[in-house]
Amino acid sequence: MEKAIKRYFPIFVLPTMIAFTLGFIIPFAEGVYLSFCKFTTVNDAKFIGLSNYGKVFKDSTFVHAFWYTAAFTVVSVILINVLAFAVALLLTKGIKGTNVFRTVFFMPNLIGGIVLGYIWQLLLNGILMKFSRTLTYSSTFGFWGLVILMCWQQIGYMMIIYIAGIQNIPGELIEAAEIDGATKRQVLKSVTIPMVMPSITVCTFLTLTNSFKLFDQNLALTNGEPSKMSEMLALNIFNTFYGRAGYEGVGQAKAVIFFILVAAIALTQNYLTRRKEVQQ
Amino acid sequence: MEKRKTKHGALLTTIFSIISVVYMFPILLVLMNSFKKKAYISRKPFAIPSGKMYVGLDNYFRGVKQANFFEGAKWSLVITVGSVFLILLCTSMCAWYIVRVKSIVTSAIYYLCLFAMIVPFQMEMFTLSKLANTLKLNTPWGLWIIYLGFGAGLAVFMFTGFVKSIPLEIEEAAMIDGCNPLQTFFGVVLPIMKPTCVTVAILQTMWIWNDYLLPYLVLDLKKYTTIPIAVQYLKGGYGSVDMGAMMGVLVLAIIPIIVFYLFCQKYIIEGVVAGAVKG
Repeated sequence: MEKAIKRYFPIFVLPTMIAFTLGFIIPFAEGVYLSFCKFTTVNDAKFIGLSNYGKVFKDSTFVHAFWYTAAFTVVSVILINVLAFAVALLLTKGIKGTNVFRTVFFMPNLIGGIVLGYIWQLLLNGILMKFSRTLTYSSTFGFWGLVILMCWQQIGYMMIIYIAGIQNIPGELIEAAEIDGATKRQVLKSVTIPMVMPSITVCTFLTLTNSFKLFDQNLALTNGEPSKMSEMLALNIFNTFYGRAGYEGVGQAKAVIFFILVAAIALTQNYLTRRKEVQQ
Repeated sequence: MEKRKTKHGALLTTIFSIISVVYMFPILLVLMNSFKKKAYISRKPFAIPSGKMYVGLDNYFRGVKQANFFEGAKWSLVITVGSVFLILLCTSMCAWYIVRVKSIVTSAIYYLCLFAMIVPFQMEMFTLSKLANTLKLNTPWGLWIIYLGFGAGLAVFMFTGFVKSIPLEIEEAAMIDGCNPLQTFFGVVLPIMKPTCVTVAILQTMWIWNDYLLPYLVLDLKKYTTIPIAVQYLKGGYGSVDMGAMMGVLVLAIIPIIVFYLFCQKYIIEGVVAGAVKG
Protein backbone atom coordinates (compact mmCIF):
# COMPACT_ATOMS: atom_id res chain seq x y z
CA MET A 1 0.00 0.00 0.00
CA GLU A 2 2.82 2.36 0.88
CA LYS A 3 4.26 1.95 -2.59
CA ALA A 4 0.96 2.78 -4.28
CA ILE A 5 0.63 5.97 -2.23
CA LYS A 6 4.24 6.93 -2.77
CA ARG A 7 3.73 7.61 -6.47
CA TYR A 8 1.16 10.26 -5.59
CA PHE A 9 3.70 12.53 -3.94
CA PRO A 10 3.11 15.41 -6.41
CA ILE A 11 -0.63 15.49 -5.75
CA PHE A 12 -0.64 14.98 -2.00
CA VAL A 13 2.41 16.80 -0.74
CA LEU A 14 3.66 19.18 -3.39
CA PRO A 15 0.99 21.92 -3.12
CA THR A 16 1.52 22.28 0.63
CA MET A 17 5.29 22.09 0.26
CA ILE A 18 5.44 24.77 -2.44
CA ALA A 19 3.35 27.14 -0.35
CA PHE A 20 5.32 26.22 2.76
CA THR A 21 8.59 26.93 0.98
CA LEU A 22 7.35 30.29 -0.32
CA GLY A 23 5.53 31.35 2.81
CA PHE A 24 7.89 30.02 5.43
CA ILE A 25 11.22 28.42 4.51
CA ILE A 26 12.58 31.04 2.09
CA PRO A 27 11.56 34.09 4.16
CA PHE A 28 12.95 32.44 7.27
CA ALA A 29 16.32 31.54 5.74
CA GLU A 30 16.60 34.89 4.02
CA GLY A 31 15.70 36.60 7.28
CA VAL A 32 18.51 34.85 9.15
CA TYR A 33 20.98 35.77 6.39
CA LEU A 34 19.84 39.40 6.19
CA SER A 35 20.36 39.88 9.91
CA PHE A 36 24.09 39.84 9.11
CA CYS A 37 23.72 42.34 6.28
CA LYS A 38 23.21 46.01 5.62
CA PHE A 39 20.31 46.61 3.23
CA THR A 40 17.32 48.75 2.39
CA THR A 41 15.73 46.37 -0.10
CA VAL A 42 16.46 42.68 -0.27
CA ASN A 43 18.58 43.05 -3.41
CA ASP A 44 21.24 45.46 -2.17
CA ALA A 45 22.29 43.38 0.84
CA LYS A 46 25.95 43.61 1.85
CA PHE A 47 27.42 41.22 4.40
CA ILE A 48 28.62 43.08 7.49
CA GLY A 49 28.92 40.33 10.10
CA LEU A 50 27.63 40.86 13.62
CA SER A 51 27.46 44.65 13.69
CA ASN A 52 23.63 44.67 13.46
CA TYR A 53 23.49 42.63 16.65
CA GLY A 54 25.86 45.03 18.34
CA LYS A 55 23.52 47.89 17.48
CA VAL A 56 20.52 46.02 18.87
CA PHE A 57 21.94 45.88 22.36
CA LYS A 58 22.95 49.53 22.24
CA ASP A 59 19.37 50.46 21.32
CA SER A 60 17.79 51.49 24.62
CA THR A 61 14.25 51.28 23.21
CA PHE A 62 14.75 47.57 22.49
CA VAL A 63 16.08 46.83 25.94
CA HIS A 64 13.20 48.77 27.47
CA ALA A 65 10.71 46.96 25.24
CA PHE A 66 12.18 43.65 26.38
CA TRP A 67 11.68 44.35 30.09
CA TYR A 68 8.28 45.86 29.45
CA THR A 69 7.23 42.76 27.49
CA ALA A 70 8.68 40.43 30.11
CA ALA A 71 6.84 42.17 32.96
CA PHE A 72 3.62 42.25 30.96
CA THR A 73 3.93 38.55 30.13
CA VAL A 74 4.48 37.49 33.74
CA VAL A 75 1.57 39.56 35.07
CA SER A 76 -0.88 38.59 32.35
CA VAL A 77 -0.02 34.87 32.35
CA ILE A 78 -0.58 34.62 36.10
CA LEU A 79 -3.74 36.73 36.14
CA ILE A 80 -5.36 35.08 33.13
CA ASN A 81 -4.66 31.54 34.28
CA VAL A 82 -5.68 32.03 37.90
CA LEU A 83 -8.89 33.83 36.98
CA ALA A 84 -9.75 31.44 34.15
CA PHE A 85 -9.20 28.45 36.41
CA ALA A 86 -11.31 29.95 39.19
CA VAL A 87 -14.16 30.71 36.78
CA ALA A 88 -13.89 27.20 35.31
CA LEU A 89 -14.13 25.66 38.80
CA LEU A 90 -17.25 27.68 39.62
CA LEU A 91 -18.87 27.02 36.26
CA THR A 92 -18.51 23.24 36.58
CA LYS A 93 -20.62 23.13 39.74
CA GLY A 94 -23.79 22.95 37.69
CA ILE A 95 -25.25 26.32 38.68
CA LYS A 96 -28.13 27.84 36.74
CA GLY A 97 -27.17 29.83 33.66
CA THR A 98 -23.78 28.16 33.21
CA ASN A 99 -24.16 28.04 29.43
CA VAL A 100 -25.04 31.71 29.15
CA PHE A 101 -22.04 32.69 31.27
CA ARG A 102 -19.69 30.57 29.19
CA THR A 103 -21.02 32.13 26.01
CA VAL A 104 -20.50 35.62 27.39
CA PHE A 105 -16.98 35.00 28.72
CA PHE A 106 -15.78 33.37 25.53
CA MET A 107 -17.06 35.96 23.10
CA PRO A 108 -14.37 38.67 23.35
CA ASN A 109 -11.89 36.12 22.12
CA LEU A 110 -13.31 36.14 18.63
CA ILE A 111 -12.88 39.88 18.19
CA GLY A 112 -9.65 40.90 16.52
CA GLY A 113 -6.83 42.66 18.35
CA ILE A 114 -7.14 45.96 16.48
CA VAL A 115 -10.87 46.27 17.20
CA LEU A 116 -10.33 45.26 20.85
CA GLY A 117 -7.65 47.91 21.23
CA TYR A 118 -9.97 50.71 20.12
CA ILE A 119 -12.88 49.45 22.23
CA TRP A 120 -10.73 49.59 25.34
CA GLN A 121 -9.15 52.87 24.39
CA LEU A 122 -12.60 54.45 24.49
CA LEU A 123 -13.53 52.86 27.80
CA LEU A 124 -10.25 53.40 29.63
CA ASN A 125 -9.78 56.95 28.39
CA GLY A 126 -13.33 57.65 29.50
CA ILE A 127 -12.55 56.45 33.02
CA LEU A 128 -9.16 58.17 33.19
CA MET A 129 -10.75 61.42 32.05
CA LYS A 130 -12.34 61.69 35.48
CA PHE A 131 -8.81 62.06 36.83
CA SER A 132 -7.82 64.28 33.87
CA ARG A 133 -5.37 61.71 32.53
CA THR A 134 -5.27 59.64 29.34
CA LEU A 135 -3.92 56.18 28.56
CA THR A 136 -0.82 57.67 26.99
CA TYR A 137 -0.08 59.82 30.05
CA SER A 138 2.46 57.30 31.31
CA SER A 139 3.58 53.81 30.35
CA THR A 140 2.10 52.45 33.59
CA PHE A 141 -1.40 53.26 32.38
CA GLY A 142 -0.62 51.61 29.06
CA PHE A 143 0.72 48.59 30.90
CA TRP A 144 -2.33 47.99 33.07
CA GLY A 145 -4.65 48.89 30.22
CA LEU A 146 -3.07 46.17 28.15
CA VAL A 147 -3.24 43.70 31.04
CA ILE A 148 -6.96 44.37 31.52
CA LEU A 149 -7.57 44.07 27.79
CA MET A 150 -5.72 40.76 27.56
CA CYS A 151 -7.53 39.34 30.59
CA TRP A 152 -10.84 40.32 29.07
CA GLN A 153 -9.95 38.72 25.78
CA GLN A 154 -8.25 35.52 26.93
CA ILE A 155 -9.98 34.43 30.14
CA GLY A 156 -12.88 32.93 28.21
CA TYR A 157 -10.66 30.89 25.92
CA MET A 158 -8.59 29.49 28.77
CA MET A 159 -11.74 28.90 30.83
CA ILE A 160 -13.11 26.66 28.06
CA ILE A 161 -9.92 24.57 28.09
CA TYR A 162 -9.93 24.32 31.90
CA ILE A 163 -13.60 23.35 31.94
CA ALA A 164 -12.87 20.50 29.53
CA GLY A 165 -9.98 19.42 31.75
CA ILE A 166 -12.06 19.49 34.94
CA GLN A 167 -14.92 17.59 33.31
CA ASN A 168 -12.50 14.87 32.28
CA ILE A 169 -11.60 14.04 35.88
CA PRO A 170 -13.31 10.76 36.78
CA GLY A 171 -15.97 11.41 39.46
CA GLU A 172 -14.85 8.38 41.48
CA LEU A 173 -11.51 10.01 42.11
CA ILE A 174 -13.05 13.00 43.88
CA GLU A 175 -15.61 10.83 45.67
CA ALA A 176 -12.84 8.54 46.94
CA ALA A 177 -10.90 11.50 48.26
CA GLU A 178 -14.01 12.86 49.98
CA ILE A 179 -14.77 9.50 51.59
CA ASP A 180 -11.18 9.42 52.85
CA GLY A 181 -12.01 12.67 54.61
CA ALA A 182 -10.28 15.17 52.36
CA THR A 183 -11.44 18.75 52.76
CA LYS A 184 -12.49 20.80 49.75
CA ARG A 185 -9.12 22.51 49.68
CA GLN A 186 -7.26 19.19 49.83
CA VAL A 187 -9.35 17.81 46.97
CA LEU A 188 -8.48 20.87 44.90
CA LYS A 189 -4.79 20.70 45.70
CA SER A 190 -4.21 16.95 45.51
CA VAL A 191 -6.78 15.76 42.99
CA THR A 192 -8.14 18.49 40.77
CA ILE A 193 -4.98 20.45 40.04
CA PRO A 194 -2.75 17.44 39.32
CA MET A 195 -5.45 15.97 37.10
CA VAL A 196 -5.87 19.11 35.01
CA MET A 197 -2.12 19.55 34.58
CA PRO A 198 -2.35 18.92 30.81
CA SER A 199 -4.79 21.84 30.54
CA ILE A 200 -2.48 23.98 32.64
CA THR A 201 0.38 23.12 30.27
CA VAL A 202 -1.62 24.17 27.23
CA CYS A 203 -3.06 27.30 28.80
CA THR A 204 0.24 28.60 30.15
CA PHE A 205 1.81 27.88 26.78
CA LEU A 206 -0.88 29.78 24.89
CA THR A 207 -0.98 32.76 27.24
CA LEU A 208 2.81 32.92 27.44
CA THR A 209 3.34 33.00 23.68
CA ASN A 210 0.29 35.21 23.01
CA SER A 211 1.44 37.80 25.54
CA PHE A 212 5.05 37.76 24.48
CA LYS A 213 4.21 38.13 20.79
CA LEU A 214 1.44 40.68 21.32
CA PHE A 215 1.24 43.24 18.52
CA ASP A 216 -2.24 44.32 17.34
CA GLN A 217 -3.56 45.25 20.79
CA ASN A 218 -0.39 47.18 21.58
CA LEU A 219 -0.61 49.06 18.28
CA ALA A 220 -4.27 49.98 18.68
CA LEU A 221 -4.37 50.76 22.40
CA THR A 222 -1.34 53.03 22.88
CA ASN A 223 0.87 52.62 19.79
CA GLY A 224 3.88 52.75 22.10
CA GLU A 225 3.01 56.20 23.48
CA PRO A 226 4.27 58.10 25.39
CA SER A 227 7.48 58.22 23.34
CA LYS A 228 7.93 54.45 22.89
CA MET A 229 7.62 53.81 26.62
CA SER A 230 4.71 51.37 26.23
CA GLU A 231 6.18 49.67 23.20
CA MET A 232 6.42 45.88 23.33
CA LEU A 233 8.98 43.81 21.44
CA ALA A 234 6.88 43.01 18.39
CA LEU A 235 5.91 46.65 17.90
CA ASN A 236 9.50 47.76 18.50
CA ILE A 237 10.69 45.44 15.73
CA PHE A 238 7.97 46.68 13.39
CA ASN A 239 8.90 50.31 14.04
CA THR A 240 12.58 49.60 13.49
CA PHE A 241 11.82 48.09 10.08
CA TYR A 242 9.32 50.60 8.83
CA GLY A 243 9.95 53.68 10.93
CA ARG A 244 13.71 54.23 10.68
CA ALA A 245 15.42 54.36 7.29
CA GLY A 246 18.70 52.47 7.18
CA TYR A 247 17.81 50.30 10.18
CA GLU A 248 16.33 47.34 8.29
CA GLY A 249 19.32 45.17 9.17
CA VAL A 250 19.01 46.03 12.85
CA GLY A 251 15.30 45.25 12.66
CA GLN A 252 16.05 41.86 11.19
CA ALA A 253 18.65 41.17 13.89
CA LYS A 254 16.06 42.11 16.51
CA ALA A 255 13.63 39.71 14.85
CA VAL A 256 16.14 36.86 15.06
CA ILE A 257 16.71 37.57 18.75
CA PHE A 258 12.95 37.73 19.23
CA PHE A 259 12.55 34.36 17.53
CA ILE A 260 15.22 32.80 19.75
CA LEU A 261 13.52 34.22 22.86
CA VAL A 262 10.10 32.89 21.82
CA ALA A 263 11.53 29.47 20.98
CA ALA A 264 13.45 29.29 24.26
CA ILE A 265 10.38 30.27 26.30
CA ALA A 266 8.13 27.81 24.48
CA LEU A 267 10.52 24.88 24.86
CA THR A 268 11.39 25.56 28.51
CA GLN A 269 7.76 25.99 29.48
CA ASN A 270 6.80 22.80 27.70
CA TYR A 271 9.58 20.86 29.42
CA LEU A 272 8.78 22.22 32.90
CA THR A 273 5.03 21.66 32.94
CA ARG A 274 5.04 18.36 31.05
CA ARG A 275 7.16 16.91 33.84
CA LYS A 276 4.38 17.62 36.32
CA GLU A 277 1.66 15.86 34.34
CA VAL A 278 0.12 12.78 35.91
CA GLN A 279 0.50 9.56 33.97
CA GLN A 280 -2.87 7.94 33.46
CA MET B 1 -26.87 19.81 52.95
CA GLU B 2 -29.01 19.69 49.82
CA LYS B 3 -30.70 22.92 50.76
CA ARG B 4 -27.43 24.71 51.42
CA LYS B 5 -26.11 23.72 48.05
CA THR B 6 -28.99 25.24 46.08
CA LYS B 7 -28.81 28.43 48.11
CA HIS B 8 -25.14 28.66 47.23
CA GLY B 9 -26.03 28.11 43.58
CA ALA B 10 -28.47 30.99 43.51
CA LEU B 11 -25.84 33.27 45.00
CA LEU B 12 -23.28 32.23 42.41
CA THR B 13 -25.79 32.69 39.61
CA THR B 14 -26.45 36.22 40.81
CA ILE B 15 -22.77 37.07 41.07
CA PHE B 16 -22.04 35.66 37.63
CA SER B 17 -24.98 37.51 36.13
CA ILE B 18 -23.54 40.76 37.39
CA ILE B 19 -20.06 39.88 36.11
CA SER B 20 -21.53 38.95 32.72
CA VAL B 21 -23.19 42.34 32.38
CA VAL B 22 -19.91 44.04 33.33
CA TYR B 23 -18.16 41.79 30.83
CA MET B 24 -20.40 42.93 28.02
CA PHE B 25 -20.14 46.56 29.01
CA PRO B 26 -17.23 47.55 26.70
CA ILE B 27 -19.18 46.34 23.66
CA LEU B 28 -22.37 48.04 24.80
CA LEU B 29 -20.42 51.24 25.36
CA VAL B 30 -19.17 51.24 21.78
CA LEU B 31 -22.68 50.50 20.52
CA MET B 32 -24.07 53.39 22.56
CA ASN B 33 -21.41 55.81 21.38
CA SER B 34 -21.95 54.89 17.77
CA PHE B 35 -25.21 56.88 17.89
CA LYS B 36 -23.58 59.92 19.46
CA LYS B 37 -22.38 63.08 17.76
CA LYS B 38 -18.63 62.77 17.29
CA ALA B 39 -17.73 65.82 19.37
CA TYR B 40 -19.36 64.25 22.44
CA ILE B 41 -17.75 60.80 22.22
CA SER B 42 -14.37 61.66 23.73
CA ARG B 43 -15.79 64.20 26.13
CA LYS B 44 -18.78 62.26 27.45
CA PRO B 45 -18.25 58.57 26.65
CA PHE B 46 -20.62 57.35 29.36
CA ALA B 47 -23.54 59.66 28.59
CA ILE B 48 -26.60 58.18 26.93
CA PRO B 49 -27.01 59.70 23.45
CA SER B 50 -30.16 61.80 23.79
CA GLY B 51 -31.29 65.22 22.57
CA LYS B 52 -28.66 67.00 20.55
CA MET B 53 -26.09 64.23 21.12
CA TYR B 54 -28.13 61.70 19.14
CA VAL B 55 -27.29 61.52 15.44
CA GLY B 56 -28.99 58.31 14.34
CA LEU B 57 -27.01 56.33 11.80
CA ASP B 58 -24.83 59.24 10.64
CA ASN B 59 -21.67 57.76 12.12
CA TYR B 60 -22.26 54.49 10.32
CA PHE B 61 -22.68 56.15 6.92
CA ARG B 62 -19.58 58.28 7.44
CA GLY B 63 -17.49 55.42 8.79
CA VAL B 64 -18.45 53.06 5.98
CA LYS B 65 -17.54 55.70 3.43
CA GLN B 66 -14.27 56.83 5.01
CA ALA B 67 -12.90 53.39 5.75
CA ASN B 68 -14.33 51.78 2.62
CA PHE B 69 -15.74 49.24 5.04
CA PHE B 70 -17.76 46.98 2.75
CA GLU B 71 -14.85 46.65 0.36
CA GLY B 72 -12.78 45.49 3.33
CA ALA B 73 -15.50 43.10 4.45
CA LYS B 74 -15.68 41.60 0.97
CA TRP B 75 -11.96 40.97 0.75
CA SER B 76 -11.77 39.72 4.35
CA LEU B 77 -14.38 37.16 3.40
CA VAL B 78 -12.65 36.18 0.14
CA ILE B 79 -9.27 35.85 1.84
CA THR B 80 -10.56 33.91 4.85
CA VAL B 81 -12.80 31.48 2.98
CA GLY B 82 -10.25 30.79 0.25
CA SER B 83 -7.34 30.35 2.63
CA VAL B 84 -9.19 28.10 5.04
CA PHE B 85 -10.50 25.94 2.20
CA LEU B 86 -7.01 25.58 0.69
CA ILE B 87 -5.47 24.84 4.10
CA LEU B 88 -8.04 22.12 4.84
CA LEU B 89 -7.67 20.46 1.46
CA CYS B 90 -3.90 20.61 1.02
CA THR B 91 -2.68 20.02 4.57
CA SER B 92 -5.03 17.09 5.20
CA MET B 93 -3.71 15.40 2.06
CA CYS B 94 -0.14 16.20 3.01
CA ALA B 95 -0.63 14.94 6.57
CA TRP B 96 -2.13 11.63 5.41
CA TYR B 97 0.78 11.10 3.01
CA ILE B 98 3.50 11.82 5.54
CA VAL B 99 1.95 9.47 8.10
CA ARG B 100 1.41 6.61 5.64
CA VAL B 101 4.71 6.88 3.76
CA LYS B 102 7.72 6.57 6.02
CA SER B 103 10.87 8.16 4.67
CA ILE B 104 13.47 10.77 5.54
CA VAL B 105 11.63 13.33 3.41
CA THR B 106 8.31 12.88 5.16
CA SER B 107 9.76 13.02 8.65
CA ALA B 108 11.74 16.11 7.65
CA ILE B 109 8.47 17.73 6.55
CA TYR B 110 6.87 16.83 9.86
CA TYR B 111 9.66 18.36 11.94
CA LEU B 112 9.76 21.48 9.75
CA CYS B 113 6.04 21.93 10.45
CA LEU B 114 6.63 21.62 14.20
CA PHE B 115 9.43 24.16 13.90
CA ALA B 116 7.25 26.59 11.93
CA MET B 117 4.76 26.68 14.81
CA ILE B 118 7.15 28.47 17.16
CA VAL B 119 8.54 31.02 14.70
CA PRO B 120 6.98 34.45 15.32
CA PHE B 121 5.73 36.44 12.34
CA GLN B 122 8.16 39.31 13.00
CA MET B 123 10.97 36.97 12.03
CA GLU B 124 9.85 36.90 8.42
CA MET B 125 7.55 39.84 7.93
CA PHE B 126 10.09 41.89 5.97
CA THR B 127 11.38 39.14 3.72
CA LEU B 128 7.93 37.67 3.20
CA SER B 129 6.41 40.96 2.10
CA LYS B 130 9.29 41.57 -0.32
CA LEU B 131 9.01 38.04 -1.71
CA ALA B 132 5.25 38.40 -2.12
CA ASN B 133 5.80 41.64 -3.99
CA THR B 134 8.35 40.13 -6.35
CA LEU B 135 6.21 37.10 -7.10
CA LYS B 136 3.05 39.22 -7.52
CA LEU B 137 1.41 37.45 -4.59
CA ASN B 138 0.14 40.80 -3.28
CA THR B 139 -3.48 39.96 -4.16
CA PRO B 140 -6.15 38.18 -2.12
CA TRP B 141 -5.42 35.08 -4.23
CA GLY B 142 -1.75 35.35 -3.49
CA LEU B 143 -2.62 35.56 0.20
CA TRP B 144 -4.35 32.17 -0.06
CA ILE B 145 -0.99 30.65 -0.94
CA ILE B 146 0.86 32.58 1.75
CA TYR B 147 -1.67 31.62 4.42
CA LEU B 148 -1.44 28.02 3.27
CA GLY B 149 2.31 28.17 3.73
CA PHE B 150 2.16 29.99 7.02
CA GLY B 151 -0.73 28.00 8.48
CA ALA B 152 0.62 24.65 7.30
CA GLY B 153 2.60 24.07 10.49
CA LEU B 154 -0.30 23.87 12.92
CA ALA B 155 -2.69 22.26 10.43
CA VAL B 156 -0.31 19.47 9.37
CA PHE B 157 0.54 18.85 13.01
CA MET B 158 -3.12 18.47 14.01
CA PHE B 159 -4.05 16.31 11.03
CA THR B 160 -1.08 13.96 11.48
CA GLY B 161 -2.09 13.53 15.11
CA PHE B 162 -5.48 12.34 13.96
CA VAL B 163 -4.38 10.22 11.01
CA LYS B 164 -2.15 8.18 13.34
CA SER B 165 -5.29 7.05 15.19
CA ILE B 166 -7.10 5.83 12.06
CA PRO B 167 -6.76 2.04 11.76
CA LEU B 168 -4.86 1.05 8.63
CA GLU B 169 -7.27 -1.81 7.84
CA ILE B 170 -10.00 0.51 6.61
CA GLU B 171 -7.74 2.01 3.98
CA GLU B 172 -6.28 -1.37 3.03
CA ALA B 173 -9.76 -2.72 2.44
CA ALA B 174 -10.52 0.20 0.13
CA MET B 175 -7.29 -0.28 -1.78
CA ILE B 176 -7.90 -4.02 -2.19
CA ASP B 177 -11.33 -3.19 -3.57
CA GLY B 178 -9.52 -1.29 -6.31
CA CYS B 179 -9.45 2.30 -5.07
CA ASN B 180 -6.42 4.34 -6.00
CA PRO B 181 -4.90 6.53 -3.27
CA LEU B 182 -6.94 9.56 -4.36
CA GLN B 183 -10.21 7.66 -4.18
CA THR B 184 -9.17 6.15 -0.86
CA PHE B 185 -8.37 9.54 0.58
CA PHE B 186 -11.49 11.35 -0.55
CA GLY B 187 -13.84 8.38 -0.17
CA VAL B 188 -12.62 6.91 3.10
CA VAL B 189 -10.07 9.00 4.99
CA LEU B 190 -11.46 12.51 4.59
CA PRO B 191 -14.95 11.63 5.89
CA ILE B 192 -13.37 10.10 9.01
CA MET B 193 -11.31 13.26 9.53
CA LYS B 194 -14.34 15.56 9.57
CA PRO B 195 -14.11 16.50 13.28
CA THR B 196 -10.45 17.48 12.89
CA CYS B 197 -11.35 19.47 9.77
CA VAL B 198 -13.86 21.45 11.84
CA THR B 199 -11.25 22.12 14.52
CA VAL B 200 -8.61 23.24 12.04
CA ALA B 201 -11.14 25.35 10.13
CA ILE B 202 -12.21 27.18 13.28
CA LEU B 203 -8.71 27.86 14.58
CA GLN B 204 -7.54 29.10 11.18
CA THR B 205 -10.66 31.22 10.61
CA MET B 206 -10.24 32.95 13.97
CA TRP B 207 -6.64 33.71 13.07
CA ILE B 208 -7.00 34.77 9.43
CA TRP B 209 -10.19 36.83 9.80
CA ASN B 210 -8.62 38.93 12.56
CA ASP B 211 -5.09 39.08 11.19
CA TYR B 212 -3.96 42.63 10.64
CA LEU B 213 -0.23 42.65 10.01
CA LEU B 214 0.21 40.02 7.31
CA PRO B 215 -2.39 41.44 4.89
CA TYR B 216 -1.24 44.95 5.72
CA LEU B 217 2.33 44.16 4.69
CA VAL B 218 1.58 41.84 1.78
CA LEU B 219 -1.54 43.18 0.07
CA ASP B 220 -1.45 45.91 -2.55
CA LEU B 221 -3.26 48.45 -0.35
CA LYS B 222 -4.24 50.64 -3.28
CA LYS B 223 -6.54 47.93 -4.56
CA TYR B 224 -7.46 45.80 -1.57
CA THR B 225 -8.26 46.23 2.09
CA THR B 226 -9.55 44.06 4.94
CA ILE B 227 -11.67 44.86 7.99
CA PRO B 228 -8.75 45.22 10.46
CA ILE B 229 -6.88 47.39 7.95
CA ALA B 230 -9.99 49.53 7.42
CA VAL B 231 -10.34 50.07 11.18
CA GLN B 232 -6.69 50.95 11.61
CA TYR B 233 -6.91 53.26 8.58
CA LEU B 234 -9.47 55.42 10.39
CA LYS B 235 -6.87 56.10 13.04
CA GLY B 236 -4.80 57.60 10.25
CA GLY B 237 -1.68 59.66 10.73
CA TYR B 238 -1.40 62.20 13.49
CA GLY B 239 -4.53 64.19 12.69
CA SER B 240 -7.57 64.09 14.89
CA VAL B 241 -9.55 60.88 14.65
CA ASP B 242 -13.21 60.96 13.65
CA MET B 243 -14.44 59.09 16.73
CA GLY B 244 -17.97 58.85 15.36
CA ALA B 245 -16.90 57.07 12.20
CA MET B 246 -14.63 54.88 14.32
CA MET B 247 -17.47 53.77 16.62
CA GLY B 248 -19.70 52.97 13.64
CA VAL B 249 -17.04 50.85 12.00
CA LEU B 250 -16.18 49.08 15.27
CA VAL B 251 -19.81 48.05 15.69
CA LEU B 252 -19.98 46.86 12.10
CA ALA B 253 -16.77 44.87 12.61
CA ILE B 254 -18.13 43.18 15.73
CA ILE B 255 -21.63 42.30 14.49
CA PRO B 256 -20.69 39.57 11.95
CA ILE B 257 -18.45 37.92 14.55
CA ILE B 258 -21.18 37.82 17.19
CA VAL B 259 -23.76 36.49 14.73
CA PHE B 260 -21.35 33.83 13.51
CA TYR B 261 -20.47 32.92 17.08
CA LEU B 262 -24.06 32.55 18.22
CA PHE B 263 -24.84 30.24 15.30
CA CYS B 264 -21.71 28.08 15.47
CA GLN B 265 -21.01 28.30 19.18
CA LYS B 266 -21.08 24.55 19.73
CA TYR B 267 -18.52 23.88 17.00
CA ILE B 268 -16.29 26.78 18.00
CA ILE B 269 -16.05 25.67 21.61
CA GLU B 270 -15.52 22.02 20.67
CA GLY B 271 -12.92 23.11 18.16
CA VAL B 272 -11.02 25.16 20.71
CA VAL B 273 -11.01 22.28 23.19
CA ALA B 274 -9.90 19.72 20.60
CA GLY B 275 -7.22 22.07 19.33
CA ALA B 276 -5.88 22.62 22.82
CA VAL B 277 -5.65 18.93 23.59
CA LYS B 278 -3.58 18.27 20.47
CA GLY B 279 -1.45 21.40 20.73
